Amino acid sequence: MNPLVCVKRVVDSSSEVVLTDDGQGVDGRFAGFTTSAHEEGAVELAVRIAADGGGGATVLTLGDTDAVEQLRSALAVGCSAATHVLADPQAYGPADVAREIAAVVRDHAAAGTPHDLVLLGNDAADTGDFQVGIRLAYELGWPVVNGVSTVSVADGVVTASGAGPDGHETYRVPLPAVVTVLEGGVEPRYPTVPGRMKAKKVLIEEREPVTEPVGPSRVRLVLPPPSPSTVEVLGEGAAAAPAVVDLLERLGVLAR
Amino acid sequence: MILVLVEVSPAGGAVETSREAVTFARDLAAVGGGVPVDVVLVGAPDDALAGVLASYGVRRVHALTGPAYDSFSGAAWAAGLVEVRERAGSVVVMAAGTPRGNEVLAHVAARLAVPMAANVVSFGGLSPFTVTRQVVGGAVLEEMRLAERPAVFTVAGHAVPAAPADVPGAGELVVETPTVAEADLVARVVSTEEPEPDLSGALTSARVVVGAGRGAGSADGFDDLLELVELLDGSLGVSRVVTSLGWRPHHEQVGQTGSRIAPELYIPCGISGAIQHWAGCSSAKAILAINTDPDAPMVTRATHAVIGDLHEVVPAVNAEIRRRRG
Ligand SMILES: Cc1cc2nc3c(=O)[nH]c(=O)nc-3n(C[C@H](O)[C@H](O)[C@H](O)COP(=O)(O)OP(=O)(O)OC[C@H]3O[C@@H](n4cnc5c(N)ncnc54)[C@H](O)[C@@H]3O)c2cc1C
Repeated sequence: MNPLVCVKRVVDSSSEVVLTDDGQGVDGRFAGFTTSAHEEGAVELAVRIAADGGGGATVLTLGDTDAVEQLRSALAVGCSAATHVLADPQAYGPADVAREIAAVVRDHAAAGTPHDLVLLGNDAADTGDFQVGIRLAYELGWPVVNGVSTVSVADGVVTASGAGPDGHETYRVPLPAVVTVLEGGVEPRYPTVPGRMKAKKVLIEEREPVTEPVGPSRVRLVLPPPSPSTVEVLGEGAAAAPAVVDLLERLGVLAR
Repeated sequence: MILVLVEVSPAGGAVETSREAVTFARDLAAVGGGVPVDVVLVGAPDDALAGVLASYGVRRVHALTGPAYDSFSGAAWAAGLVEVRERAGSVVVMAAGTPRGNEVLAHVAARLAVPMAANVVSFGGLSPFTVTRQVVGGAVLEEMRLAERPAVFTVAGHAVPAAPADVPGAGELVVETPTVAEADLVARVVSTEEPEPDLSGALTSARVVVGAGRGAGSADGFDDLLELVELLDGSLGVSRVVTSLGWRPHHEQVGQTGSRIAPELYIPCGISGAIQHWAGCSSAKAILAINTDPDAPMVTRATHAVIGDLHEVVPAVNAEIRRRRG
């Protein structure tokens, strides 16, 4: 059992986001980079599933040369192989990315390392397209389970579950399959020092994209207008309690 | 024609975000010269639901029925939508930007080999067909062109208010039994666990909502917050981080993919104020943010704020309320 898990190098949007002059992307010079929480969950699941099945998890990214950092992070927490499709991610739309992942799956199968399970995040933290995993499933002709937080494999069947609108839902799907993951089902492990050392030594498979991208249908990115602040700060810490209760009285929400 | 996927709650009503999507569709239809709006839903709607949809200006309600629709499958729902759209020739296929809405429309887009835009907040123009949507966790907006037909997109929760139409539609019920391939039923829900009791009715009508985010620290970090809820006879509302981490149930979530609240006072504690959270609480008349970070968006956009650790501020406020009550 050699699951493939797909990750993306994304800007850390908790810090201030600056756009490039052409409005086509986020200016990386001012940004920190990370992997989304959903993908960290997917990596953890892939590593556990590989360990249970006596195989190894392969991590894949499509990105520029810097994205090797995200591959090394996944290797440091237990993935044993990595594939880097070297391309400018901003020029790739979700259908393009799905096609490139499918090509890797097919090539690895042909080379004797089939991935019967492909795990992805439910949605990328930057482009938020919500569709790469589903498009990948159509490329491969496989079933897809979307937005689950726990995944396990036994006897060629993947059992996956997560929160649905009407309660906690479970799917059981025969392999091969695509599964997209939401954070929260598993606690991603921290890399250990030996893990990091090992990750440095793994030879990463580098490849070119197989087709010209159609591209995202992006016209341009814009920043939402800043909202002027009119906040009245009542105080700091516990000392502000009387001022808070004054406010509650003034608003008439304390009456009883 | 514009086709909108409507999600039905266990109680049998059209969920608010779906009614918002229908409202969005109606505005779009008006720009397009008054093209009709049809909806697709799963199961047989009761008269009340059909009536509500008619009041939203819906022309036809296509109800997907048959064994393929006994439990959820994204591919089967998409197969139904595609079949209806092919027959009726809709130029736009839409849904709410919920987990189901995004999933089903991604299937639709993949099957039809057209782009899909997730979490659209506004419509730009018809030719070319342009929408604006949330990206980078809502910190950035993307203008996106949907050149192909049908244009497939989901509407971000609470981007527009749900509003009935000035002129109701016919709301004619059309029962559909689409042919669904075996392959589309491989990945379907096999069991659903006892739903959490949905108390969001209390949350959405509360006069005071105490909010809790990652700052609560853990599932054990809610005691003081719940005491404040009790003292103010209010409700607890939480951020998505809190529900994702399993600290509190989903029905308590406020935001784009949770409830929209409009209390007299909202007291978000340890919530940063991401745009998706803001979408659910912006109608609060007053907001008292309690946060360690004076620059957190929730603080700068609030009417009032206390800068500090919620685990110090909230117990002190509780004590002060008890003291004044004697
Ligand atoms: C498509 C989509 C839909 C989404 N839908 C929703 C939604 O419906 N609702 C929602 O809430 N989010 C939603 N999100 C997630 C949203 O983007 C944010 O990630 C989330 O709201 C952040 O939650 P938070 O404020 O609790 O956590 P954080 O952003 O981590 O903020 C924690 C805050 O707590 C403060 N803090 C930390 N410790 C303390 C302390 N001891 N005392 C006081 N303050 C403290 C910090 O300064 C910080 O401001 C959605 C995201 C996407 C992409």
